Amino acid sequence: MSNTELSNEETKLSHATLPRGAQWLVGIAAIALGGLALVLGVSIVGAVVIGVLAFLIGYPVWALLVENKRSATDKLVTGLVWTAFGVAVIPLIWLVYMVFARGAATINPEFLTYSMRSVTGDEQGGLYHALMGTLIVTGIAALISIPIGIMTAIYLIEYGKGNRLAKAITFLVDVMTGIPSIVAGLFAFALFTLLVGPGTRFGFGGGVALSLLMIPTVVRSTEEMLKLVPDDLREAAYALGVPKWRTITRMVLPTAIGGIVTGVVLAISRVIGETAPLLVASGFNPNMNTSAFDDSPMMTVPVFIYTQLSEATQKGVEYAWGGALVLFILVMVLNLIARIVGTIFAPKTGR
Amino acid sequence: MTVAADPGADPGVDPKSELSGRGSVGDVVFRGLAVTAASLILVALAAVFIFLGIEGIPGFNVDEQHYAGQGSFMGLVVPLLFATMYAAVLALIIAVPFSVAIALFISHYAPRRIAVPVAYVIDLLAAVPSVVFGLWGAVALGPYLVPAHAWLAKNLAWLPFFDGQPSGNGRTLFTASIVLAVMILPIITSICREVFAQTPRLHEEAALALGATRWEMIRYAVFPYARSGMVSAVMLGLGRALGETMAIAMIASPKVLISLFIVGTNNPQTIAAHIAQGYKESTPDRLSVLIATGLVLFAFTFLVNALARWIVARGRAK
Repeated sequence: MSNTELSNEETKLSHATLPRGAQWLVGIAAIALGGLALVLGVSIVGAVVIGVLAFLIGYPVWALLVENKRSATDKLVTGLVWTAFGVAVIPLIWLVYMVFARGAATINPEFLTYSMRSVTGDEQGGLYHALMGTLIVTGIAALISIPIGIMTAIYLIEYGKGNRLAKAITFLVDVMTGIPSIVAGLFAFALFTLLVGPGTRFGFGGGVALSLLMIPTVVRSTEEMLKLVPDDLREAAYALGVPKWRTITRMVLPTAIGGIVTGVVLAISRVIGETAPLLVASGFNPNMNTSAFDDSPMMTVPVFIYTQLSEATQKGVEYAWGGALVLFILVMVLNLIARIVGTIFAPKTGR
Repeated sequence: MTVAADPGADPGVDPKSELSGRGSVGDVVFRGLAVTAASLILVALAAVFIFLGIEGIPGFNVDEQHYAGQGSFMGLVVPLLFATMYAAVLALIIAVPFSVAIALFISHYAPRRIAVPVAYVIDLLAAVPSVVFGLWGAVALGPYLVPAHAWLAKNLAWLPFFDGQPSGNGRTLFTASIVLAVMILPIITSICREVFAQTPRLHEEAALALGATRWEMIRYAVFPYARSGMVSAVMLGLGRALGETMAIAMIASPKVLISLFIVGTNNPQTIAAHIAQGYKESTPDRLSVLIATGLVLFAFTFLVNALARWIVARGRAK
């Protein structure tokens, strides 16, 4: 056989491949199949499932017929990864939609400015007391955690590099990160049962419980930020004869302040939604209580949501959604602040 | 001159003390503050153990009426611990495949302009308070899953998980573990994403240059490199799931029992949910029983987290 007689088929170096845009073709076919199922009376969810399955099976099978097994596996995994992403977004969208749709129906000026004091039957109550409680309890937690957290991180990075105390503290911060939130609440409860009296539940107790959860987060994020400060900066300051503490307060902290603030705000947004520790340590109270040190329970928004749901009444569920929207907005605003601060103070890189 | 160069030898001539002046006092104070703060962490953790111990240890042995009808501490804590593990493992079974897939999606599959917002959205999921998840699970997801409960109990009854009378309102461990899975998904995803992204670029390109498909590249270059990171991510997710209270307390209608059945009206109760639902009881004996179960939970999550850290350390040493 001479060279010239070789057919086109035999001279090709690569094996057969799917046509360009094959995934779109399969995708359109899958959508069509899903649409057909919908027309034939399958529910929307069922139709979507059929469409996705058709794509997940059809595309690899086509690849298997035209190309080879390896390519088919690759296509299957690609499909699965995209599907997983799609499925995981569903709960988020559903949840955000529910919180806004159901919450917006409940929220009105009375809901935001009334407490639940002697509210019975159809009377309008509100979560003002819980909102104040959340702000007070979270404020106490922040007041305790921020100084301790930041100073600990400074110790770990600036003073205790590699010594035994620093290693022990790093380990303990790890342990603290793993404390189940309800155990933090039990701790505060046990502590004040011994210090004040049995069954003590008050705002300060909740603050202590939350700070136990917040400190490790603050230490971790501050540590990361301090590590980013270049050593050149410190050495330059030392070379000019600046004492160590001035170097830290004037050079290191201002350089890292953006990241530290972001970390602190995120830590606050993490603990503001904690329920279990407050349930145990702060208790619940239908009345307004703005004194964190009085020996009387202080209501918070998460606990408000929980107790309203446990009422198992129509009104209770509505209030729970209202509370959820308020809490959700609080958390999102804090996250937004953290992001904005992070962008404004972002370290200027060379790029 | 040699004397002046040695700071400790002659304070009068020491150039350091002359330049810093007030600074040395400031240094001592500031350093003292930092050490105090760091030591406070030590004190706080010691206090956690001491106070939980003082209040909790009596709970190991009180009158049997305080053990929620189980007779003894072991009789109460074993079913609770079983349920805690069971719910967490169920959540992991659901969450891990999704987390790994989403982490891969962000690090290797999605185009960059999609990957960044997706990563942000997943982080947003982590910011949603657990009580909101619980509310959503109890009011929205649970009722929606009632037909699924009925279907599972009818068609998969040969599995012990679904063998029994299905719940009519969806407030089951099945619903709760799905919600729990959604809650731990962001943690596992974000750690996996980071370790996947750290795979050396050259390994990946070498695999591709040898003709590997994208999946083969991930299987033979990314996964081996990321294995210890993935394991520790899963362990951290497990630690979180073990301590999570509200999702289960709000969703599953509970009972203290050991059972694999997850779609019925009586669901095994976890330690955290048991505490949350019993916290109102004011008898000191009952409270110390609750605190004692809390101690068990703490010890257990500590072990899981320690194991995770050990795996990470071993992976790093290699």
